[in-house]
Amino acid sequence: MSEKEKKQSKNISRRSFIKGVGTGTVAATVAPAILVGNEKTAEAQTDGAVDSAKIQLNINEQVYEVDVEARTTLLSVLRDGIDTAGDNVDLTGAKLICDRGECGGCTVLVDGKPVYACMMLAMDAQGQQITTVEGIADGNNLHPVQEAFIKHDALMCGFCTPGFIVSSVALLNENNKPTIAEIKEGLSGNTCRCGTYPFIFDAVETASQKM
Amino acid sequence: MASWGEASQSRLIGKRIARLSGKDKVTGKAKYTYDINRPGLLYARILRSEVAHANVLDIDMSRAEELPGVKAVLPIIEVGKKLRYQGQEIAAVAAETDDIAKDALRLIFVDLEELPFVVTKEDAMAEGAPQIRDWVGNKSNPGTDERGEVDKGFNEAAVTVEATYHTPVQTHVCLETHGHVAEWTDEQNLTVWASTQGVFGVRDDLAGRFGLPANQVRVITEHMGGGFGSKFGPGVEGHTAAQLAKITGQPVKLMLTRKAEHLVAGNRPSMTQHVKAGASRDGRLIAYDMKGYGTGGISSGAGFQAPYVYSVANRRTERFNVTINAGNQRAMRAPGHPQGAFAMDSLMDELAEKLGMNPLEFRRINDSNEIRQAQYTLGAQEIGWHRRNTIPGSGTGVKKRGMGVGSGLWGGGGGRGTQARVTINADGSVEAVTGTQDIGTGIRTAIAIIVAEEFGLTPTDIDVKVGDSGPGLRSGGSGGSQTTASVAPVIKTAAEAAIQKLFEHVAPLLQAPVDDLRVGNGTIYVASDRTKTVTWNQATGLLGMESISEGGNWDPELREKDVAGTQFAEVEVDTETGNVQVLKIVAVQDCGLAINRLTTESQINGGVIMGLGQTLLEERIMDPQTGRMLNANLEDYKVPGTFEIPEIKSIVFDTHRKVTGVGEPPCIPTLGAIANAVYNAIGVRIRELPITPDKVLTALAEKKA
Ligand code: FES
Ligand code: FES
Repeated sequence: MSEKEKKQSKNISRRSFIKGVGTGTVAATVAPAILVGNEKTAEAQTDGAVDSAKIQLNINEQVYEVDVEARTTLLSVLRDGIDTAGDNVDLTGAKLICDRGECGGCTVLVDGKPVYACMMLAMDAQGQQITTVEGIADGNNLHPVQEAFIKHDALMCGFCTPGFIVSSVALLNENNKPTIAEIKEGLSGNTCRCGTYPFIFDAVETASQKM
Repeated sequence: MASWGEASQSRLIGKRIARLSGKDKVTGKAKYTYDINRPGLLYARILRSEVAHANVLDIDMSRAEELPGVKAVLPIIEVGKKLRYQGQEIAAVAAETDDIAKDALRLIFVDLEELPFVVTKEDAMAEGAPQIRDWVGNKSNPGTDERGEVDKGFNEAAVTVEATYHTPVQTHVCLETHGHVAEWTDEQNLTVWASTQGVFGVRDDLAGRFGLPANQVRVITEHMGGGFGSKFGPGVEGHTAAQLAKITGQPVKLMLTRKAEHLVAGNRPSMTQHVKAGASRDGRLIAYDMKGYGTGGISSGAGFQAPYVYSVANRRTERFNVTINAGNQRAMRAPGHPQGAFAMDSLMDELAEKLGMNPLEFRRINDSNEIRQAQYTLGAQEIGWHRRNTIPGSGTGVKKRGMGVGSGLWGGGGGRGTQARVTINADGSVEAVTGTQDIGTGIRTAIAIIVAEEFGLTPTDIDVKVGDSGPGLRSGGSGGSQTTASVAPVIKTAAEAAIQKLFEHVAPLLQAPVDDLRVGNGTIYVASDRTKTVTWNQATGLLGMESISEGGNWDPELREKDVAGTQFAEVEVDTETGNVQVLKIVAVQDCGLAINRLTTESQINGGVIMGLGQTLLEERIMDPQTGRMLNANLEDYKVPGTFEIPEIKSIVFDTHRKVTGVGEPPCIPTLGAIANAVYNAIGVRIRELPITPDKVLTALAEKKA
């Protein structure tokens, strides 16, 4: 493509672009989703119109001040956020696995309740106590759930483990003597591909005896 | 002759030992590739095709490039080339934040000329189907095999069964998606954190690609979130990450999205088998004729095992590969075996029923594997085989129970090619270094156990360093259930050599010959006079300014191959909803010498659960209208969750003292065991996986009609 053509294609308006697709006999765009987002995103971005705001989050009993956009999730602050002093938040225990509230890999406690951090906007987490897997142990003393996971080998690759630890803690805080059916129910929002479930059930049972 | 010694002599080997990485994993401290954060890190994303087949007419990345925060754009496919499946890479961007990278993808304009496509193997084989590769047809030439006298076998058969069995495409669903963090320390040195099953494979590939000497690429995989066979090379995404890092001069993280993971990061090929088999009145399988095919997407490689496990002298097979416009297959946990086992174990039960024989008896007659013969007895006892319905479907009530059995066999004997170093320092610390990687199997802990056993220490005393090509101690990729059998013998011989060296330092002090020295519990003592003893630290203190560092070698005497397994399932089928609940699986798994019984049991559980998913839940669904995968997420592509998990009785069947691999074998027998149990419960056979409620209800309705 020549420079001129490039410019043209760059300045193509959304309407003429769609029209172009329609008139070309077989031309197609990559995806409707991509097409739909094009102009709006482009304008917002190029105008520098993306709003961001400084917020404070209380995570593991520490206050972090971070710049976030409206769309920034709590999970992305935990994992990739940089506080206003320039330090990485770097709480990478919670994982993004499914990106849509299906797997529990990103589970954290918000005021004691288990929440999928990929589904919560950072702005909505203001003013609440956030506890990540890094905040479950008491210093060097592991939580009984953590001890029991190690003892029963309730982990293999371990990628799902932070989510299961947090969900298990939440479950036992609610119900400290769960039946096996209640354990399955309580952890049904978490997925493990390695298949550690049987030993997770054992671990939660063991932990419940210590709580 | 090298040996692992008697079980009674082992302090640690064969015991249940918590894995070394446990604490880091339960506290969130374990850093996976996905968690690596480097100063100046950029985030990269790949724009992928949403169409199944198209010519690329134009790619315009100029607006993406101008977006503030975007540091580099990189076309991946050339204009004029063809996109051949949904998800194929078009271009990539690197930006200061992941959100900016996402925005930038939307500013890439691609003009495509869509082409006709086929996304199911049936469509691909249909009359007049578009040929999707220019150089070869959609259907490969058949691979044929014939042994014995098949027609004669059928003539002599007292009963025959003819049936068609299907298994769909399954995807790996690694919870950590494929990905890399690439950082050039200078123009000639590349460091890559990779979510991989083979650090050296990734190193060599990247070195070749960028024209670097292999030692100038370092690949690190400290922890890894699941691979199941799909994570060996760096792939397009690894090349792209390294290229973007090179262009920008900054570290780049590129992880696949969940959707891309389903689309392009590998899958288990589908299988369709038309099979006819015959058995003699006395229960011998005497004739087998199979025509089968499968698809591995745009590539070939859709093989499967048929016949499987049971002996049949007279057999004829013909199979071919079908190409479709969908992402490539990759090795997936026991490639070809689970689908082959499902068909074979179903077939065996169908034949047994025609003969009026107990399916277990029928197997015993046709199975020449002695280990499995013993496993049949053990498993049948454990599940209570006598409780099964002698007449399938004869149970009363809405929820009906049934039992089934299935079998498997896997190689897993390991091989040469691992280098390791075991070092004893003067301060008493011990290091074991090798280039393997712990992909969740627990090899790190197994290494510690082996060294600690040899040294009279505890596993936590051993600093195990794996998952890093930096030290240059090569080991193979973790696939084929080969890791333990490849690595353990080398570690053991290295540890033996190292302790011999230490004995040489200690012998003068204890005034005893070297071969009279033994390790105790944190001590070294004289066997013939146990009062003569030194502590571990006194002994290593003798090293002064030196340390002992020994390599090992792979001794085939220390390992075994051909791992047999049998599983029994009990299920409950709700005849109103069609739901199948697996109540119990008894998995009797040949494990050789289980270095760590605890992590071995974990592996068996994991295999069973993945097999269960394949039997009841998992299926890649392609839309023939749009050419797209309809369930490329974790909601519609269903993997087992807590509610699906049955009671699993993992029986570590360790009849000999040689190491072998057990990662793959336990996912094989599960399919046949469950499918046969469903039949035993409801009296109708479902020959197509996954056995979902709709299929159960349809089958029940057809039976009634
Ligand atoms: S990543 Fe949040 S639920 Fe899966
Ligand atoms: S331990 Fe690997 S996904 Fe759960």
